[in-house]
Amino acid sequence: MKAAVITFPGSNCDRDLFDAFAKAGDEVVKVWHKETELPAGIDVIGIPGGFSFGDYLRCGAIASRSPIGQAVVDFAQRGGYVLGVCNGFQVLTEMGLLPGALMRNAGLKFISKPVALTVTTTDSAFTSGYGPGQEIVIPIAHAEGNYQIDAEGLKQLRGEDRVAFRYVENPNGATDDIAGVLSANRRVLGMMPHPERVVEPAQGGTDGAALFRALSSVMALA
Amino acid sequence: MKARVHVMLKDGVLDPQGEAVRAALGHMGFSGVEAVRQGKVIELDLAATDTAAAEAEVKAMCEKLLANTVIEKYTVEIA
Repeated sequence: MKAAVITFPGSNCDRDLFDAFAKAGDEVVKVWHKETELPAGIDVIGIPGGFSFGDYLRCGAIASRSPIGQAVVDFAQRGGYVLGVCNGFQVLTEMGLLPGALMRNAGLKFISKPVALTVTTTDSAFTSGYGPGQEIVIPIAHAEGNYQIDAEGLKQLRGEDRVAFRYVENPNGATDDIAGVLSANRRVLGMMPHPERVVEPAQGGTDGAALFRALSSVMALA
Repeated sequence: MKARVHVMLKDGVLDPQGEAVRAALGHMGFSGVEAVRQGKVIELDLAATDTAAAEAEVKAMCEKLLANTVIEKYTVEIA
């Protein structure tokens, strides 16, 4: 499998995301935000965490309209796989690839700590390596992770089994304890917790590794 | 020609920052502040000379970048 990790000015988890894909056995390339095209043969795009463009205007807003942004949207609309973590999740909502928006944490503080999540659906290339309802621990590090969606949108997400992860204890005020959501075709995942920060024991946990391994094995079968 | 864009959270969307400002005002002794909503003002200097065209252009900017219409509403003033 070939993965591309996009780097924006202010991205700071791009190397971790690169390493997480590589550790799962994937070939990984880095793509700078000023590129207008993706390298040939990409199977999955990773949009990393950080503070792209200094969080100016709204988190992820400028990055979502950057030159590479349109290529990412086109890739997703052709059925490509995209993983957005933290700021990457914010970018995906700003691109309109995922519904809802990420707002300031209800308690206003930046929160950086490991949190318990439940795997809400295993029906996706990202979550098929977990058991249904499995509890995993993955760190969060954000000030704007309060996922908001209107009642109609929430009903649709729940009805279509598109909530990927829920917080066991809601840290940020997110609607319905939502930590991660899938697109309608289940190939775009946005999540606030950082699976790339827990892929080997030296990082203090390995609960994120199954996500990258599952994605890689689904690709290998495709 | 100048344009001024006001971006506010839609009614019903919780505004934690506005709520924190409201609470601080209360602690400072300003009683009677029942609600605070915080937004943004964006000023643009435009080369355009036609008011209607400028307004249409700025509205397109709002839809595409300046506001996130999932959670925000906006108004445009041309002067």
